[in-house]
Amino acid sequence: MAKLARIRISDDEASRTLAQLNDIFAMIEQMRAVDTEGIEPMNHPLGGSQRLRDDVVTEHDRREAAMRNAPEHQDGLFLVPRVIE
Amino acid sequence: MSVDGSTDLARASVAALAKVLAAKEVSAVELATLFLDRIDAHRDLNVFLDVRPDVTLAQAREADRRRAAGETGPLLGVPLAHKDIFVTRDWASTAASRMLKGYMSPFDATVVEQLAAAGMVCLGKVNCDEFAMGSSNENSAYGPVLNPWDKGAVPGGSSGGSSAAVAARIAPVATATDTGGSIREPAAFTGITGTKPTYGRPSRWGMIAFASSLDTAGLMTVSAEDAAIVLSAMMGFDPRDSTSVDRPPEDCTRDLERPVKGLRIGVPKEFFGPGLSPDVEQSVRAALDVYRGLGAELVEISLPNAALGIPVYYVVAPAECSSNLSRFDGVRYGHRASKYRDLEDMISRSRAEGLGPEPKRRILIGTYVLSHGYYDAYYLKAQQVRRLIADEFRRAFETCDIIAGPVTSTVAFGFGEKAADPVSMYLADLYTVPGSLAGIPSMSIPCGFGDKGRPVGLQLMADYFQEARMLGAAHQYQLATDWHRRVPAGF
Repeated sequence: MAKLARIRISDDEASRTLAQLNDIFAMIEQMRAVDTEGIEPMNHPLGGSQRLRDDVVTEHDRREAAMRNAPEHQDGLFLVPRVIE
Repeated sequence: MSVDGSTDLARASVAALAKVLAAKEVSAVELATLFLDRIDAHRDLNVFLDVRPDVTLAQAREADRRRAAGETGPLLGVPLAHKDIFVTRDWASTAASRMLKGYMSPFDATVVEQLAAAGMVCLGKVNCDEFAMGSSNENSAYGPVLNPWDKGAVPGGSSGGSSAAVAARIAPVATATDTGGSIREPAAFTGITGTKPTYGRPSRWGMIAFASSLDTAGLMTVSAEDAAIVLSAMMGFDPRDSTSVDRPPEDCTRDLERPVKGLRIGVPKEFFGPGLSPDVEQSVRAALDVYRGLGAELVEISLPNAALGIPVYYVVAPAECSSNLSRFDGVRYGHRASKYRDLEDMISRSRAEGLGPEPKRRILIGTYVLSHGYYDAYYLKAQQVRRLIADEFRRAFETCDIIAGPVTSTVAFGFGEKAADPVSMYLADLYTVPGSLAGIPSMSIPCGFGDKGRPVGLQLMADYFQEARMLGAAHQYQLATDWHRRVPAGF
Protein backbone atom coordinates (compact mmCIF):
# COMPACT_ATOMS: atom_id res chain seq x y z
CA MET A 1 0.00 0.00 0.00
CA ALA A 2 2.81 2.38 0.91
CA LYS A 3 4.37 1.76 -2.48
CA LEU A 4 1.05 2.43 -4.23
CA ALA A 5 0.60 5.61 -2.18
CA ARG A 6 4.20 6.69 -2.92
CA ILE A 7 5.22 6.96 0.72
CA ARG A 8 8.63 5.56 1.62
CA ILE A 9 8.38 3.57 4.83
CA SER A 10 10.99 1.72 6.92
CA ASP A 11 10.46 -1.93 7.93
CA ASP A 12 10.13 -0.89 11.55
CA GLU A 13 7.54 1.79 10.76
CA ALA A 14 5.71 -0.66 8.48
CA SER A 15 5.18 -3.25 11.19
CA ARG A 16 3.98 -0.64 13.69
CA THR A 17 1.62 0.87 11.11
CA LEU A 18 0.31 -2.57 10.13
CA ALA A 19 -0.78 -3.27 13.73
CA GLN A 20 -2.63 0.06 13.86
CA LEU A 21 -4.27 -0.50 10.49
CA ASN A 22 -5.44 -3.96 11.61
CA ASP A 23 -7.14 -2.37 14.64
CA ILE A 24 -8.80 0.22 12.41
CA PHE A 25 -10.04 -2.39 9.94
CA ALA A 26 -11.37 -4.53 12.82
CA MET A 27 -13.48 -1.48 13.77
CA ILE A 28 -14.55 -0.95 10.14
CA GLU A 29 -15.77 -4.59 9.95
CA GLN A 30 -18.97 -3.69 11.93
CA MET A 31 -20.15 -1.74 8.93
CA ARG A 32 -19.80 -4.67 6.57
CA ALA A 33 -22.40 -6.74 8.46
CA VAL A 34 -25.21 -4.32 7.52
CA ASP A 35 -27.66 -5.38 4.83
CA THR A 36 -27.45 -2.74 2.11
CA GLU A 37 -29.11 -4.67 -0.70
CA GLY A 38 -30.63 -2.17 -3.14
CA ILE A 39 -29.45 0.95 -1.25
CA GLU A 40 -28.17 3.65 -3.57
CA PRO A 41 -24.65 4.77 -2.57
CA MET A 42 -24.45 8.34 -1.24
CA ASN A 43 -21.38 10.10 -2.56
CA HIS A 44 -22.40 13.62 -1.64
CA PRO A 45 -24.79 14.96 1.03
CA LEU A 46 -26.94 16.97 -1.36
CA GLY A 47 -26.96 14.54 -4.27
CA GLY A 48 -27.56 15.84 -7.74
CA SER A 49 -25.25 15.61 -10.68
CA GLN A 50 -21.87 17.22 -11.10
CA ARG A 51 -22.26 20.84 -12.13
CA LEU A 52 -20.30 21.76 -15.23
CA ARG A 53 -18.98 25.14 -16.21
CA ASP A 54 -18.38 26.59 -19.65
CA ASP A 55 -15.07 25.51 -21.13
CA VAL A 56 -13.41 28.91 -21.00
CA VAL A 57 -10.23 30.21 -19.42
CA THR A 58 -11.05 31.75 -16.03
CA GLU A 59 -7.62 31.70 -14.40
CA HIS A 60 -5.53 34.81 -14.38
CA ASP A 61 -1.87 34.46 -15.22
CA ARG A 62 -0.35 34.13 -11.77
CA ARG A 63 2.69 32.21 -12.82
CA GLU A 64 5.12 34.20 -10.74
CA ALA A 65 3.09 33.81 -7.56
CA ALA A 66 2.66 30.09 -8.26
CA MET A 67 6.36 29.55 -8.97
CA ARG A 68 7.31 31.23 -5.71
CA ASN A 69 6.52 28.02 -3.80
CA ALA A 70 8.30 25.61 -6.17
CA PRO A 71 11.19 23.66 -4.61
CA GLU A 72 13.20 23.99 -7.84
CA HIS A 73 12.37 25.97 -10.93
CA GLN A 74 14.02 27.60 -13.87
CA ASP A 75 12.71 29.86 -16.65
CA GLY A 76 9.15 29.50 -15.37
CA LEU A 77 9.30 25.68 -15.41
CA PHE A 78 9.22 23.17 -12.54
CA LEU A 79 12.38 21.07 -12.37
CA VAL A 80 12.29 17.34 -11.59
CA PRO A 81 15.01 14.65 -11.79
CA ARG A 82 15.70 13.42 -15.33
CA VAL A 83 13.08 10.82 -16.37
CA ILE A 84 14.13 10.08 -19.98
CA GLU A 85 17.79 9.42 -20.65
CA MET B 1 -23.55 46.85 27.18
CA SER B 2 -20.95 49.22 28.42
CA VAL B 3 -17.44 48.41 27.42
CA ASP B 4 -14.70 49.99 29.44
CA GLY B 5 -11.17 48.74 29.90
CA SER B 6 -9.28 46.29 27.74
CA THR B 7 -10.47 43.15 29.60
CA ASP B 8 -14.09 44.01 28.89
CA LEU B 9 -13.27 44.68 25.25
CA ALA B 10 -11.41 41.37 24.95
CA ARG B 11 -14.38 39.53 26.45
CA ALA B 12 -16.96 41.33 24.35
CA SER B 13 -19.01 39.48 21.77
CA VAL B 14 -18.90 40.40 18.09
CA ALA B 15 -22.37 41.91 18.58
CA ALA B 16 -21.05 44.13 21.39
CA LEU B 17 -17.90 45.07 19.45
CA ALA B 18 -20.08 46.13 16.52
CA LYS B 19 -21.87 48.59 18.80
CA VAL B 20 -18.75 50.24 20.24
CA LEU B 21 -17.17 50.42 16.79
CA ALA B 22 -20.32 52.01 15.36
CA ALA B 23 -20.40 54.50 18.24
CA LYS B 24 -16.71 55.25 17.51
CA GLU B 25 -15.87 54.48 21.14
CA VAL B 26 -13.02 52.34 19.85
CA SER B 27 -11.25 52.11 16.50
CA ALA B 28 -10.41 49.00 14.51
CA VAL B 29 -6.72 49.80 15.01
CA GLU B 30 -7.18 49.94 18.80
CA LEU B 31 -9.04 46.63 18.78
CA ALA B 32 -6.45 44.93 16.56
CA THR B 33 -3.67 46.20 18.83
CA LEU B 34 -5.47 44.92 21.92
CA PHE B 35 -5.82 41.41 20.49
CA LEU B 36 -2.29 41.33 19.03
CA ASP B 37 -1.02 42.15 22.54
CA ARG B 38 -3.11 39.34 24.02
CA ILE B 39 -1.82 36.91 21.39
CA ASP B 40 1.70 37.86 22.37
CA ALA B 41 0.98 37.56 26.10
CA HIS B 42 -0.44 34.03 25.69
CA ARG B 43 2.07 32.55 23.29
CA ASP B 44 2.50 29.55 25.61
CA LEU B 45 -0.88 28.24 24.37
CA ASN B 46 0.74 27.72 20.93
CA VAL B 47 -2.42 28.92 19.19
CA PHE B 48 -1.03 31.09 16.38
CA LEU B 49 1.22 29.75 13.61
CA ASP B 50 1.70 33.04 11.77
CA VAL B 51 1.18 36.58 13.07
CA ARG B 52 2.12 39.64 10.99
CA PRO B 53 1.16 42.76 12.94
CA ASP B 54 1.98 45.10 10.05
CA VAL B 55 -0.53 43.38 7.75
CA THR B 56 -3.16 43.22 10.50
CA LEU B 57 -2.77 46.89 11.33
CA ALA B 58 -2.95 47.86 7.66
CA GLN B 59 -6.28 45.99 7.42
CA ALA B 60 -7.48 47.73 10.60
CA ARG B 61 -6.54 51.16 9.22
CA GLU B 62 -8.47 50.31 6.07
CA ALA B 63 -11.53 49.35 8.15
CA ASP B 64 -11.31 52.67 10.02
CA ARG B 65 -10.99 54.51 6.72
CA ARG B 66 -14.08 52.74 5.35
CA ARG B 67 -16.05 53.69 8.47
CA ALA B 68 -14.86 57.29 8.25
CA ALA B 69 -16.09 57.29 4.64
CA GLY B 70 -19.58 56.43 5.88
CA GLU B 71 -19.62 52.65 5.55
CA THR B 72 -21.43 50.64 8.22
CA GLY B 73 -21.85 46.93 8.87
CA PRO B 74 -21.75 44.61 11.86
CA LEU B 75 -18.34 43.16 11.01
CA LEU B 76 -16.49 46.30 9.90
CA GLY B 77 -13.34 46.48 12.04
CA VAL B 78 -14.01 43.31 14.05
CA PRO B 79 -10.87 41.14 14.37
CA LEU B 80 -10.82 37.41 13.60
CA ALA B 81 -8.38 34.51 13.27
CA HIS B 82 -8.35 32.02 10.41
CA LYS B 83 -7.73 28.32 10.82
CA ASP B 84 -4.58 27.43 8.90
CA ILE B 85 -6.69 25.32 6.52
CA PHE B 86 -7.94 28.44 4.71
CA VAL B 87 -5.35 29.77 2.29
CA THR B 88 -4.32 33.40 2.60
CA ARG B 89 -2.08 35.56 0.46
CA ASP B 90 -0.64 37.55 3.34
CA TRP B 91 0.05 34.80 5.87
CA ALA B 92 1.68 31.40 5.33
CA SER B 93 -0.80 28.54 4.78
CA THR B 94 0.56 25.27 6.12
CA ALA B 95 -2.41 23.10 7.19
CA ALA B 96 -0.15 22.58 10.25
CA SER B 97 1.96 20.25 8.11
CA ARG B 98 5.68 20.16 7.53
CA MET B 99 4.74 19.51 3.90
CA LEU B 100 3.55 23.12 3.48
CA LYS B 101 6.00 24.92 5.76
CA GLY B 102 6.21 28.54 4.60
CA TYR B 103 3.74 28.06 1.72
CA MET B 104 2.47 31.43 0.46
CA SER B 105 -0.80 31.04 -1.43
CA PRO B 106 -1.24 33.06 -4.62
CA PHE B 107 -4.89 33.70 -3.63
CA ASP B 108 -7.27 34.01 -0.66
CA ALA B 109 -9.94 31.39 0.09
CA THR B 110 -13.51 32.50 -0.70
CA VAL B 111 -14.40 32.61 3.01
CA VAL B 112 -11.32 34.76 3.68
CA GLU B 113 -12.34 37.08 0.83
CA GLN B 114 -15.95 37.32 2.05
CA LEU B 115 -15.02 38.20 5.62
CA ALA B 116 -12.40 40.71 4.46
CA ALA B 117 -15.00 42.31 2.19
CA ALA B 118 -17.26 42.64 5.24
CA GLY B 119 -14.42 44.58 6.88
CA MET B 120 -13.10 41.96 9.29
CA VAL B 121 -9.46 42.36 10.33
CA CYS B 122 -7.34 39.20 10.27
CA LEU B 123 -5.11 38.61 13.32
CA GLY B 124 -3.24 35.70 11.71
CA LYS B 125 -3.44 31.96 11.22
CA VAL B 126 -4.15 29.44 13.94
CA ASN B 127 -2.90 25.94 14.63
CA CYS B 128 -4.88 22.74 14.00
CA ASP B 129 -4.33 19.03 13.48
CA GLU B 130 -2.26 18.36 10.37
CA PHE B 131 -4.55 18.64 7.30
CA ALA B 132 -7.45 18.83 9.81
CA MET B 133 -7.00 15.17 10.71
CA GLY B 134 -7.35 14.58 14.43
CA SER B 135 -9.44 15.16 17.52
CA SER B 136 -6.88 16.59 19.94
CA ASN B 137 -4.60 18.95 18.01
CA GLU B 138 -1.72 16.61 18.91
CA ASN B 139 -1.19 15.91 15.21
CA SER B 140 0.10 19.39 14.36
CA ALA B 141 3.64 19.44 12.98
CA TYR B 142 4.11 22.64 15.00
CA GLY B 143 3.20 21.22 18.42
CA PRO B 144 -0.13 20.91 20.21
CA VAL B 145 -2.33 23.79 21.36
CA LEU B 146 -3.05 23.90 25.11
CA ASN B 147 -6.59 24.10 26.47
CA PRO B 148 -7.00 27.48 28.25
CA TRP B 149 -9.23 25.85 30.90
CA ASP B 150 -6.57 23.33 31.85
CA LYS B 151 -3.16 23.34 30.20
CA GLY B 152 -2.89 19.58 30.79
CA ALA B 153 -5.93 18.96 28.61
CA VAL B 154 -6.22 18.92 24.82
CA PRO B 155 -8.24 21.73 23.20
CA GLY B 156 -9.90 19.20 20.87
CA GLY B 157 -9.34 18.92 17.16
CA SER B 158 -8.89 19.44 14.47
CA SER B 159 -9.84 23.12 15.00
CA GLY B 160 -8.01 23.27 18.38
CA GLY B 161 -6.27 26.56 17.64
CA SER B 162 -9.58 28.17 16.69
CA SER B 163 -11.33 26.89 19.82
CA ALA B 164 -8.50 27.86 22.19
CA ALA B 165 -8.20 31.31 20.58
CA VAL B 166 -11.85 32.12 21.31
CA ALA B 167 -11.89 30.41 24.74
CA ALA B 168 -8.85 32.47 25.80
CA ARG B 169 -10.39 35.57 24.20
CA ILE B 170 -7.25 36.19 22.16
CA ALA B 171 -9.59 36.42 19.15
CA PRO B 172 -13.29 37.27 19.37
CA VAL B 173 -14.10 34.86 16.54
CA ALA B 174 -12.21 32.29 14.50
CA THR B 175 -12.97 30.36 11.35
CA ALA B 176 -12.81 26.59 11.59
CA THR B 177 -13.57 23.51 9.49
CA ASP B 178 -15.53 20.39 10.31
CA THR B 179 -15.16 17.08 8.49
CA GLY B 180 -16.28 14.65 11.22
CA GLY B 181 -16.57 16.85 14.29
CA SER B 182 -13.60 19.20 14.00
CA ILE B 183 -15.63 22.26 15.01
CA ARG B 184 -18.06 20.80 17.56
CA GLU B 185 -15.66 18.62 19.54
CA PRO B 186 -13.05 21.36 20.18
CA ALA B 187 -15.85 23.88 20.93
CA ALA B 188 -17.21 21.45 23.56
CA PHE B 189 -13.75 20.86 25.04
CA THR B 190 -13.09 24.60 25.43
CA GLY B 191 -16.53 25.85 26.50
CA ILE B 192 -17.36 27.98 23.45
CA THR B 193 -19.91 28.00 20.63
CA GLY B 194 -18.89 26.04 17.52
CA THR B 195 -21.10 26.06 14.43
CA LYS B 196 -21.01 23.80 11.37
CA PRO B 197 -23.56 24.91 8.73
CA THR B 198 -25.09 22.70 6.04
CA TYR B 199 -22.50 21.06 3.78
CA GLY B 200 -22.04 23.11 0.62
CA ARG B 201 -23.21 26.45 2.01
CA PRO B 202 -19.94 28.20 2.75
CA SER B 203 -17.55 27.74 -0.16
CA ARG B 204 -14.78 25.13 0.04
CA TRP B 205 -12.68 27.08 -2.48
CA GLY B 206 -9.31 27.75 -0.88
CA MET B 207 -9.87 25.35 1.99
CA ILE B 208 -7.00 22.87 1.86
CA ALA B 209 -8.93 19.69 0.98
CA PHE B 210 -9.13 16.67 3.27
CA ALA B 211 -12.41 14.84 2.48
CA SER B 212 -14.30 16.79 -0.14
CA SER B 213 -17.78 15.30 0.43
CA LEU B 214 -17.58 16.18 4.15
CA ASP B 215 -15.37 19.29 4.57
CA THR B 216 -17.46 22.25 5.78
CA ALA B 217 -16.34 25.72 6.84
CA GLY B 218 -17.77 27.12 10.06
CA LEU B 219 -17.05 29.22 13.11
CA MET B 220 -15.87 29.37 16.69
CA THR B 221 -17.56 32.21 18.58
CA VAL B 222 -18.44 33.26 22.12
CA SER B 223 -22.17 33.04 21.41
CA ALA B 224 -24.79 31.72 19.00
CA GLU B 225 -25.76 35.30 18.19
CA ASP B 226 -22.19 35.98 17.02
CA ALA B 227 -22.22 32.80 14.94
CA ALA B 228 -25.43 33.95 13.24
CA ILE B 229 -23.98 37.39 12.48
CA VAL B 230 -20.69 36.15 11.03
CA LEU B 231 -22.14 33.12 9.25
CA SER B 232 -24.50 35.41 7.35
CA ALA B 233 -21.41 36.86 5.64
CA MET B 234 -20.03 33.42 4.65
CA MET B 235 -22.97 32.02 2.70
CA GLY B 236 -23.79 32.20 -0.96
CA PHE B 237 -23.12 30.32 -4.15
CA ASP B 238 -19.52 30.10 -5.33
CA PRO B 239 -19.03 28.91 -8.92
CA ARG B 240 -15.42 28.02 -8.06
CA ASP B 241 -16.59 25.24 -5.68
CA SER B 242 -18.13 22.35 -7.62
CA THR B 243 -20.34 21.33 -4.67
CA SER B 244 -21.40 24.83 -3.63
CA VAL B 245 -25.16 25.03 -3.10
CA ASP B 246 -26.88 27.36 -5.54
CA ARG B 247 -29.09 29.22 -3.06
CA PRO B 248 -29.12 32.91 -2.26
CA PRO B 249 -27.27 34.05 0.88
CA GLU B 250 -29.53 34.38 3.87
CA ASP B 251 -29.80 36.24 7.15
CA CYS B 252 -28.96 33.64 9.79
CA THR B 253 -29.99 36.04 12.57
CA ARG B 254 -33.65 35.99 11.58
CA ASP B 255 -34.77 33.40 14.15
CA LEU B 256 -32.69 34.62 17.10
CA GLU B 257 -35.63 36.20 18.90
CA ARG B 258 -38.03 33.38 18.11
CA PRO B 259 -39.19 31.73 21.36
CA VAL B 260 -38.60 27.99 21.73
CA LYS B 261 -42.08 27.45 23.15
CA GLY B 262 -43.54 24.55 21.20
CA LEU B 263 -40.17 23.68 19.59
CA ARG B 264 -39.97 19.91 19.23
CA ILE B 265 -36.54 18.73 20.36
CA GLY B 266 -35.64 15.18 19.37
CA VAL B 267 -33.44 13.33 21.85
CA PRO B 268 -31.75 10.31 20.25
CA LYS B 269 -31.75 7.48 22.78
CA GLU B 270 -28.61 5.98 21.21
CA PHE B 271 -26.63 9.08 22.26
CA PHE B 272 -27.23 8.29 25.93
CA GLY B 273 -25.88 4.74 25.96
CA PRO B 274 -23.35 3.16 28.34
CA GLY B 275 -20.42 4.93 26.64
CA LEU B 276 -21.54 8.36 27.86
CA SER B 277 -19.75 9.63 30.99
CA PRO B 278 -22.06 10.46 33.91
CA ASP B 279 -20.66 14.01 34.26
CA VAL B 280 -21.38 14.83 30.61
CA GLU B 281 -24.81 13.19 30.77
CA GLN B 282 -25.74 15.24 33.83
CA SER B 283 -24.92 18.58 32.16
CA VAL B 284 -26.63 17.61 28.91
CA ARG B 285 -29.79 16.44 30.69
CA ALA B 286 -29.82 19.67 32.72
CA ALA B 287 -29.64 21.63 29.44
CA LEU B 288 -32.60 19.65 28.08
CA ASP B 289 -34.48 20.57 31.26
CA VAL B 290 -33.75 24.25 30.57
CA TYR B 291 -35.37 23.84 27.14
CA ARG B 292 -38.34 22.07 28.71
CA GLY B 293 -38.63 24.97 31.16
CA LEU B 294 -38.69 27.38 28.21
CA GLY B 295 -41.66 25.51 26.77
CA ALA B 296 -39.95 23.19 24.30
CA GLU B 297 -41.30 19.67 23.88
CA LEU B 298 -38.80 16.81 24.24
CA VAL B 299 -39.42 13.87 21.91
CA GLU B 300 -37.50 10.60 22.13
CA ILE B 301 -36.14 9.60 18.73
CA SER B 302 -34.03 6.70 17.49
CA LEU B 303 -31.00 6.77 15.18
CA PRO B 304 -30.13 3.05 15.19
CA ASN B 305 -27.44 3.27 12.51
CA ALA B 306 -25.68 6.33 13.96
CA ALA B 307 -23.25 4.04 15.78
CA LEU B 308 -22.00 2.89 12.38
CA GLY B 309 -20.94 6.47 11.65
CA ILE B 310 -17.37 5.93 12.81
CA PRO B 311 -16.66 2.83 10.66
CA VAL B 312 -18.33 4.49 7.64
CA TYR B 313 -16.41 7.70 8.20
CA TYR B 314 -13.07 5.87 8.43
CA VAL B 315 -13.66 4.45 4.97
CA VAL B 316 -15.12 7.53 3.24
CA ALA B 317 -12.81 10.19 4.72
CA PRO B 318 -9.51 8.30 4.17
CA ALA B 319 -10.60 7.38 0.62
CA GLU B 320 -11.14 11.04 -0.25
CA CYS B 321 -8.02 12.03 1.71
CA SER B 322 -5.78 9.62 -0.22
CA SER B 323 -7.00 11.19 -3.44
CA ASN B 324 -6.74 14.82 -2.26
CA LEU B 325 -3.30 14.43 -0.72
CA SER B 326 -1.84 12.83 -3.85
CA ARG B 327 -1.15 16.38 -5.03
CA PHE B 328 1.71 16.68 -2.55
CA ASP B 329 4.56 15.29 -4.61
CA GLY B 330 7.35 17.79 -3.97
CA VAL B 331 7.23 19.07 -7.55
CA ARG B 332 5.18 22.27 -7.75
CA TYR B 333 5.07 23.27 -4.10
CA GLY B 334 5.56 21.73 -0.70
CA HIS B 335 8.42 19.84 0.84
CA ARG B 336 11.01 18.17 -1.39
CA ALA B 337 13.48 15.63 0.02
CA SER B 338 17.11 16.74 -0.28
CA LYS B 339 18.49 13.36 -1.39
CA TYR B 340 16.92 10.95 -3.89
CA ARG B 341 17.78 8.52 -6.69
CA ASP B 342 15.14 9.35 -9.28
CA LEU B 343 11.73 10.97 -9.72
CA GLU B 344 9.78 8.18 -8.02
CA ASP B 345 12.21 8.07 -5.12
CA MET B 346 12.01 11.85 -4.82
CA ILE B 347 8.21 11.74 -4.54
CA SER B 348 8.20 8.84 -2.03
CA ARG B 349 10.84 10.45 0.17
CA SER B 350 9.27 13.91 0.00
CA ARG B 351 5.91 12.48 1.12
CA ALA B 352 7.55 10.36 3.83
CA GLU B 353 9.37 13.39 5.24
CA GLY B 354 6.65 16.00 4.72
CA LEU B 355 3.60 14.15 6.03
CA GLY B 356 3.02 13.18 9.67
CA PRO B 357 1.82 9.80 10.98
CA GLU B 358 -1.95 10.49 10.90
CA PRO B 359 -2.19 11.71 7.28
CA LYS B 360 0.01 8.74 6.29
CA ARG B 361 -2.27 6.28 8.10
CA ARG B 362 -5.32 7.74 6.40
CA ILE B 363 -3.68 7.75 2.98
CA LEU B 364 -2.85 4.06 3.45
CA ILE B 365 -6.41 3.19 4.56
CA GLY B 366 -7.81 5.18 1.63
CA THR B 367 -5.46 3.57 -0.88
CA TYR B 368 -6.55 0.16 0.37
CA VAL B 369 -10.32 0.74 0.34
CA LEU B 370 -10.16 2.22 -3.15
CA SER B 371 -7.94 -0.50 -4.58
CA HIS B 372 -9.10 -3.02 -7.14
CA GLY B 373 -11.00 -5.87 -5.52
CA TYR B 374 -11.82 -3.99 -2.32
CA TYR B 375 -13.72 -1.01 -3.69
CA ASP B 376 -17.18 -2.65 -3.50
CA ALA B 377 -16.59 -4.25 -0.11
CA TYR B 378 -15.44 -1.04 1.53
CA TYR B 379 -15.97 2.21 -0.33
CA LEU B 380 -19.28 1.38 -2.01
CA LYS B 381 -20.55 -0.34 1.14
CA ALA B 382 -19.65 2.71 3.24
CA GLN B 383 -21.51 5.00 0.82
CA GLN B 384 -24.59 2.78 1.15
CA VAL B 385 -24.51 2.81 4.95
CA ARG B 386 -23.95 6.57 4.75
CA ARG B 387 -27.29 6.79 2.93
CA LEU B 388 -28.98 4.74 5.69
CA ILE B 389 -27.65 7.18 8.32
CA ALA B 390 -28.77 10.25 6.34
CA ASP B 391 -32.23 8.71 5.81
CA GLU B 392 -32.59 8.18 9.57
CA PHE B 393 -32.06 11.89 10.12
CA ARG B 394 -34.65 12.72 7.46
CA ARG B 395 -37.18 10.49 9.20
CA ALA B 396 -36.30 11.95 12.61
CA PHE B 397 -36.95 15.49 11.36
CA GLU B 398 -40.52 14.46 10.52
CA THR B 399 -41.19 14.28 14.27
CA CYS B 400 -38.92 17.02 15.61
CA ASP B 401 -37.50 20.44 14.63
CA ILE B 402 -34.11 20.16 16.31
CA ILE B 403 -32.08 17.22 17.63
CA ALA B 404 -30.17 17.65 20.89
CA GLY B 405 -27.65 15.48 22.69
CA PRO B 406 -24.04 15.30 23.84
CA VAL B 407 -21.16 16.41 21.60
CA THR B 408 -18.61 14.08 23.15
CA SER B 409 -18.77 11.14 25.55
CA THR B 410 -16.27 12.71 27.98
CA VAL B 411 -14.82 16.12 28.78
CA ALA B 412 -11.40 17.02 27.26
CA PHE B 413 -8.84 14.28 27.81
CA GLY B 414 -5.18 14.75 28.70
CA PHE B 415 -2.21 14.96 26.33
CA GLY B 416 -0.95 11.52 25.33
CA GLU B 417 -4.02 9.68 26.66
CA LYS B 418 -5.22 8.56 23.24
CA ALA B 419 -2.35 9.44 20.94
CA ALA B 420 -0.93 5.89 20.79
CA ASP B 421 -4.28 4.26 19.97
CA PRO B 422 -5.88 5.65 16.79
CA VAL B 423 -9.17 3.77 17.29
CA SER B 424 -9.78 5.28 20.75
CA MET B 425 -9.02 8.73 19.28
CA TYR B 426 -11.44 8.10 16.41
CA LEU B 427 -14.23 7.22 18.86
CA ALA B 428 -14.00 10.77 20.29
CA ASP B 429 -16.16 11.76 17.30
CA LEU B 430 -18.89 9.15 17.88
CA TYR B 431 -21.72 11.69 18.30
CA THR B 432 -20.52 14.25 15.75
CA VAL B 433 -19.72 12.02 12.74
CA PRO B 434 -23.35 11.04 11.92
CA GLY B 435 -24.33 14.69 11.32
CA SER B 436 -21.24 15.18 9.15
CA LEU B 437 -22.06 12.14 7.02
CA ALA B 438 -25.61 13.43 6.51
CA GLY B 439 -24.29 16.97 5.84
CA ILE B 440 -26.80 18.68 8.15
CA PRO B 441 -26.08 21.81 10.22
CA SER B 442 -25.00 21.15 13.79
CA MET B 443 -23.33 23.01 16.60
CA SER B 444 -21.96 22.80 20.12
CA ILE B 445 -22.90 25.24 22.86
CA PRO B 446 -21.44 25.26 26.37
CA CYS B 447 -23.80 23.73 28.98
CA GLY B 448 -21.74 23.19 32.12
CA PHE B 449 -18.59 21.70 33.56
CA GLY B 450 -17.75 18.06 34.21
CA ASP B 451 -14.84 16.12 35.71
CA LYS B 452 -11.81 18.22 36.68
CA GLY B 453 -13.80 21.38 35.98
CA ARG B 454 -13.53 20.88 32.20
CA PRO B 455 -16.32 22.23 29.95
CA VAL B 456 -19.22 20.20 28.54
CA GLY B 457 -20.97 20.91 25.24
CA LEU B 458 -24.56 20.42 24.13
CA GLN B 459 -24.96 19.41 20.49
CA LEU B 460 -27.83 20.80 18.44
CA MET B 461 -28.58 19.52 14.95
CA ALA B 462 -31.14 20.71 12.41
CA ASP B 463 -32.43 19.64 9.02
CA TYR B 464 -30.68 20.82 5.83
CA PHE B 465 -30.59 24.64 5.47
CA GLN B 466 -32.21 25.17 8.90
CA GLU B 467 -29.15 26.81 10.47
CA ALA B 468 -31.12 29.96 11.35
CA ARG B 469 -33.62 27.88 13.33
CA MET B 470 -30.80 25.99 15.08
CA LEU B 471 -28.93 29.21 15.94
CA GLY B 472 -32.18 30.70 17.25
CA ALA B 473 -32.72 27.73 19.57
CA ALA B 474 -29.11 28.06 20.77
CA HIS B 475 -29.49 31.80 21.36
CA GLN B 476 -32.65 31.28 23.40
CA TYR B 477 -30.74 28.83 25.63
CA GLN B 478 -27.92 31.37 26.01
CA LEU B 479 -30.42 34.05 27.04
CA ALA B 480 -31.52 31.74 29.86
CA THR B 481 -28.04 30.57 30.95
CA ASP B 482 -24.57 32.06 31.31
CA TRP B 483 -22.24 29.10 30.56
CA HIS B 484 -21.15 30.79 27.33
CA ARG B 485 -19.98 33.86 29.27
CA ARG B 486 -17.59 31.89 31.50
CA VAL B 487 -13.95 32.64 30.80
CA PRO B 488 -11.03 30.48 32.05
CA ALA B 489 -9.00 31.89 34.96
CA GLY B 490 -6.11 34.08 33.84
CA PHE B 491 -7.76 35.19 30.60
